[in-house]
Amino acid sequence: MSSSTPDVGAIHATTPRRIGGRRFPALVPLLLVPGLVILGLVAMALQASLPEGAGWAALLDPATWSGLPMAAIAIQPSWLTLTVSGLAMGMMIFLMASGLTLVFGLMDVINFGHGAFISVGAFVGASVLFAYASWVGAPDLGLNLAAVALAVLAAMAATGAMGLVFERVIVRPVYGAHLKQILVTMGGLIIAEQLIHVIWGPDEIFLSRPETLKGALTWQGAALEKYRLLAVAVGLVVFALMGLVLRFSRIGLIVRAGVQNGEMVEAMGYRLSRIFVLVFVAGSALAGLGGVMWAMYQEVVTAQMGAELMVLVFIVVIIGGLGSVEGCFIGALLVGLTQNYTAFLEPKMALVSNIGLMVLILMWRPQGMLPVVRAK
Amino acid sequence: MMVKLLSGDKPGSVLLSLILLGIFLSLAFAPFLFEGTRALDTAARICVFIVLVASYDLLLGYTGVVSFAHTIFFGFGAYGVALASIHMGRSFEALAMGAGAGALGAALLAAVIGLFSLRVRAIFFAMITLAVASAVAVLVSQLSVLTGGEDGLTYRIPRELTAAVTYGQAPEWRIALPEAVAPGTEEGPAMLTLGGDRISGKIANYYLVFAGSLILVLLMLRIVNSPFGRVLQAIRENDFRAEAIGYRVVSYRIGVTVLSAVFAALAGSLFAIWLRYVGPDTVLSFEIMIDILLMVVIGGMGTIYGAVIGAVVLMLAQNYLKDLMAGAATGLADVPYAADLLNPDRWLLWLGVLFVLSVYFFPTGVVGRLRGKRG
Repeated sequence: MSSSTPDVGAIHATTPRRIGGRRFPALVPLLLVPGLVILGLVAMALQASLPEGAGWAALLDPATWSGLPMAAIAIQPSWLTLTVSGLAMGMMIFLMASGLTLVFGLMDVINFGHGAFISVGAFVGASVLFAYASWVGAPDLGLNLAAVALAVLAAMAATGAMGLVFERVIVRPVYGAHLKQILVTMGGLIIAEQLIHVIWGPDEIFLSRPETLKGALTWQGAALEKYRLLAVAVGLVVFALMGLVLRFSRIGLIVRAGVQNGEMVEAMGYRLSRIFVLVFVAGSALAGLGGVMWAMYQEVVTAQMGAELMVLVFIVVIIGGLGSVEGCFIGALLVGLTQNYTAFLEPKMALVSNIGLMVLILMWRPQGMLPVVRAK
Repeated sequence: MMVKLLSGDKPGSVLLSLILLGIFLSLAFAPFLFEGTRALDTAARICVFIVLVASYDLLLGYTGVVSFAHTIFFGFGAYGVALASIHMGRSFEALAMGAGAGALGAALLAAVIGLFSLRVRAIFFAMITLAVASAVAVLVSQLSVLTGGEDGLTYRIPRELTAAVTYGQAPEWRIALPEAVAPGTEEGPAMLTLGGDRISGKIANYYLVFAGSLILVLLMLRIVNSPFGRVLQAIRENDFRAEAIGYRVVSYRIGVTVLSAVFAALAGSLFAIWLRYVGPDTVLSFEIMIDILLMVVIGGMGTIYGAVIGAVVLMLAQNYLKDLMAGAATGLADVPYAADLLNPDRWLLWLGVLFVLSVYFFPTGVVGRLRGKRG
């Protein structure tokens, strides 16, 4: 009797077996964020405990490593500050990048003009904040948040409407031709930047954060800027909402199916191009939201900020895997954290470190971390 | 002989041939035809940008690969010459060494970027090059010990190429103008004076740039009309089919990336020899990348002649469209926004509109139109 068990196994050898380990590699990217946070702490502690001018040889010295826990505790407040600021930056970049990756996944459209929405959102938001200067200046949390909410709503409405026009005029005529898409959307970016100059003037605009969002909270000896905490909260809420909509609503189902196999969804009778317009508008509005948040984070608005942020947005979209919202989220957090840790350790390498991150991830997974769209 | 020099790639239209001949002659005799240093500077810039834009066209027009890193390679050549001139002293050897080292560095970097990004998907290449280009620009402006940072580098080139040396006097022609064109004075009829200028080392420098550009452009014409160039066009039209016929598409794409990087670096070296200054704004900025894109698309993708036309049109537009717009803006000062739209600083707006329209309606650009082919 006991010998029959392996026989059964042999008969069913072709049945795919689900072992815990099979799904594991798909989850590895999720572990990268805490991994990077810990790596950041170790690197910062190492830098603090190494004597000035010590070479790489000091890394082999056991004394350096035995002193590490003490150094880690000593450096923990600044590490906490940097982690929160990295997460805040990551969340804002996620807001900007999520629309881009969905648009690509759904319709195979790559929009180099996405940065225009970021800039326009920032300018509209700044104008609203100026118009309600008394609300912004009042030391009252309710009024402050109302002003911010108004700015965000105005920016999202403006960039959403702009997205509608952009999709119609710039993107629609060049469906299916990547080369032309890149060129035309680039042209759209140039035109939008110049129009911003026409409307708001050629100079940069400085703005200040609402009164109650200035300054920092102190927790465990670390200074945590209030505005960064707000940015993290907004990012998490948007990510959760997006996840819920994509997972549980009918439209989310169609979008997810469309990313997987657009032709099949159209064969079922859905007009994917209509859904696409909706996603494009939503993505533009999210970029506008990201732009407003970024404007209040930097406290300055320029017409070029969108084009400059596009560099980080592209890195995030590439390492996350084209078409994947989760990958985009993880990628954005990784980029934000890497940028902040390296800015502390070696200020000149901040942007280069993100290129390094991208190279490492592409060596590991050439399609990005969680690719949804297979190579076409 | 002529046709052989052009590698059998004739302009293919009488009007286009005339325009090209006009451009060639104007550039060849620029120091004597146009007065003033600004005109000579514009002519030299046109020469350099023709090479730069044509080298970009190898990628965009012939192979269908979009790169935003072309300014890096341009910068490699320029900084190569600058650093060599600073560290080796002013000599022709330094210029040659710098140009060679810049081209080699550009080729290596292009190969690395290509290996990384062309392997997966062509569209990754556009995004990755954009990221790398901005990283390099930031790096160059921060490594101020080596590159001079934001201020850039000034250096000295061999004395033979500067205005301090005189090689002689250009022959002078005086042509009496008919009374109908220009009324004469007491002393006699009005005269049109041609030539007669001092031939300085600056003009020798211009001819170095001109000859270098001419050779590079003819070399690129040779490349695109070789079997290698035909394969590139096959890849542009249908990469899957090219692969099926038996060409290694990835190798060809990396090959052309490296080639175009080398040409761009050499253009950068010529630019550095002409300017005697390099800085992040003049060779590495994103604005230059945008200029290159506009020149290629407006001139016509997929023809070296398109690069020639595009570079000339845009350079002249940059210098003279602004004057025109300033005039129009003062005329419309009362209309709200119209004056802002026509502000001379907004010239890029109108070129952007022209760019988008030409991608939609004239994908083959000016040259394609003149040749009578429809995209």
